[in-house]
Amino acid sequence: MDMSSSPHQAARVRLGVSGALIWGGTAILGAASLAILAVHRGETVNALWMVTAALCTYAIGYRFYGLFLARRVAGLDAARPTPAVLRRDGMDYVPTSKFVLFGHHFAAIAGAGPLVGPVLAAQMGYLPGTLWILVGVVFAGAVQDFIVLAFSTRRDGRSLGDMIRTEMGPFAGTVASVGVLAIMFILLAVLGLIVVKALAASPWGTFAVAATMPIALGMGLWLRFVRPRGVLEVSAVGVVLLLAAIWLGGRVAAEPALAALFTWSAPTLALVLMAYGFAASVLPVWLLLAPRDYLSTFLKIGTIAALAVGILVTLPELHMPAVTRFVDGTGPVFAGSLFPFLFITIACGSVSGFHALVSSGTTPKMLASEADARMIGYGAMLAESGVAIMAMIAASVLQPGAYFAMNAPAALVGGDVAHAAATISAWGFAITPDALTRLAHQVGEATVLGRAGGAPTLAVGMATIFSGVLGGDRLMAFWYHFAILFEALFILTTIDAGTRVARFMVQDFAAMASRGGVRVPALASNLLATGVAVAGWGYFLYQGVIDPLGGINTLWPLFGIANQMLACIALTFCSVVLFKLKRARVAWTTLLPTAWLALCTLTAGAEKIFAAAPAIGFLAHAAKYEAAARAGGLLVPAHSAAQMRQIILNDRVDVSLTALFMAVVVTMLACGVRSAAQARANPRVTAREAGDDMPLLRQGV
Amino acid sequence: MICRCFGKAFDLAAVGRGARETALLMLGVPDYDAYVAHVSTAHPEQTPATRDAFFTARQDARFKGGGLRCC
Repeated sequence: MDMSSSPHQAARVRLGVSGALIWGGTAILGAASLAILAVHRGETVNALWMVTAALCTYAIGYRFYGLFLARRVAGLDAARPTPAVLRRDGMDYVPTSKFVLFGHHFAAIAGAGPLVGPVLAAQMGYLPGTLWILVGVVFAGAVQDFIVLAFSTRRDGRSLGDMIRTEMGPFAGTVASVGVLAIMFILLAVLGLIVVKALAASPWGTFAVAATMPIALGMGLWLRFVRPRGVLEVSAVGVVLLLAAIWLGGRVAAEPALAALFTWSAPTLALVLMAYGFAASVLPVWLLLAPRDYLSTFLKIGTIAALAVGILVTLPELHMPAVTRFVDGTGPVFAGSLFPFLFITIACGSVSGFHALVSSGTTPKMLASEADARMIGYGAMLAESGVAIMAMIAASVLQPGAYFAMNAPAALVGGDVAHAAATISAWGFAITPDALTRLAHQVGEATVLGRAGGAPTLAVGMATIFSGVLGGDRLMAFWYHFAILFEALFILTTIDAGTRVARFMVQDFAAMASRGGVRVPALASNLLATGVAVAGWGYFLYQGVIDPLGGINTLWPLFGIANQMLACIALTFCSVVLFKLKRARVAWTTLLPTAWLALCTLTAGAEKIFAAAPAIGFLAHAAKYEAAARAGGLLVPAHSAAQMRQIILNDRVDVSLTALFMAVVVTMLACGVRSAAQARANPRVTAREAGDDMPLLRQGV
Repeated sequence: MICRCFGKAFDLAAVGRGARETALLMLGVPDYDAYVAHVSTAHPEQTPATRDAFFTARQDARFKGGGLRCC
């Protein structure tokens, strides 16, 4: 694909004969690969077809739909100076090479989300998830990232919340902020839960993750007091020390006395995580938070690149069927049928509301030319979708029986390999107890059962792929813990940074509510707001940890709903701006994904609240426990009447939170309809773009 | 050093500089040389911050508003 031409040059270029041949060939190749994936009913299918289908889809989406968005929807103008040019200060506003900025933007949007969602969705087979990842990114996710980036670039690089306030009014702005704070709580809880699931009773993993703390402290002190400019060299040393820590972790796990020191239960880990989140966000950022951020950034980019190379070199066979019986909603990994739950389970790989915050953050302030926005906004999201496809491949590389043993909660398959193998084989995914024991031994763990949350499954898949390239079976355990560390590291980075963000939001809301009437000393305000932030996500984390269904089952859908809700808000904003710019004829580009996401989040939310099955509906779940409590009985995991009451209370809190998400979506849609109607009634362009009142600046650039 | 591949010439030193700049920007540190160039042309009366001070200031600024990372 041609990334170098500006939208305007490319717009004039018609597809010649060779172009028509190349793009026609790409379309046929992509369609053929998808057809092979879809109709294949043999034992295994090669990952090559999934890779080819994805790459062809991305190329066509970028070349044609991306270009259409750039020209007709965003109305990009390569001659129009960007904020980086107009406000150049050498620090925040810096015109930057599009390749450098692409790296920055991709590193900021890539995280645990695109890796975990597809792993969970694999319970329905590889096909439904893959189709949604590909269709979703082209028509929803990349559209959102790109259009928000373009609109923010036209508004001095201002944030999404700011832009919503200006274009849709202060009320819509406040509703959106409430939504973002609620998302933060559920996001941090779910990410915390993934770490807890991966590290519980795993001395090797726990040691390696714990070792990142002293390494980061050392880096932080060195960078502040000895040689700040040496950040790349210091980070490189840090990564080497991390690899050493993984190796050392294996030795620690092999020594019973030492292993006991690092063998922690899930509830203990949850409390430790909360203490960590509190400390990291209260301490000076340069001491712990920033150096850990550096480590995780490089490990993340390095591992994603290594995974891509690993997949391309080994071209593994996928053992997961194209479609499993669990499309009917009875799956053990997450409850609920294909629609709407698949579409909220795979969030970040196809569309993620969080990216709207990044696209309206640092990136628009560094865009050298509007012509670069397509590659960075649309292109980086395609790359993120590619990460999701790799996660789907890694999950499908496992024997389906092993996949379900790792991801199904003990409450469904039993706590030992014999029961688990029998139950899962009865579902139609043959596996022997021996195979499960052998897998655990291979990856250096006592058990692989009940390791839901995506990270361990992905780690086994990655270990299988990596050890195919380097080290064979001997290094399988090392690669497994490498993958665990990699995910835990960047999840912890999201947790500490997210706690800080939530703390600032809490302080903002408190200031707004008291209207400056109450003066609190800075330190007390800091500690208090951090406490509220940690309690906010800690509550849901702990609830997930003691959940007999493993927590992911309950909480991941809430996270998905929250994330898609934010995307829905961002796309509503984009649609409103298009109406205000008098581009109603192309507003379908953002209205369609808005409508689809609204449908998914509202249906999923309603089902989470009202569904009659206790596995899905919170009210039904509460009713079941209430009935049992009235009869004086106890249901797992409760050991006392007080715990029964706690579970019922948790259900009610979950109901309130889901209802809040739905209310935010409905309110924002209503605000959007009102703003769009006002814009249509006004014959003039009503969107406020920076630079419109400064026509002189547009000359000579 | 120039490397030829696929019929195109690549300046390896420039590629290396680009990779370094990308890695630094991923950590929230923009190009120092561009900053110095900007200060000396736009604000010739000011002395640009040293490389160390520039890093420290950028590190503090990156996490001022919380330093949001994506999921």
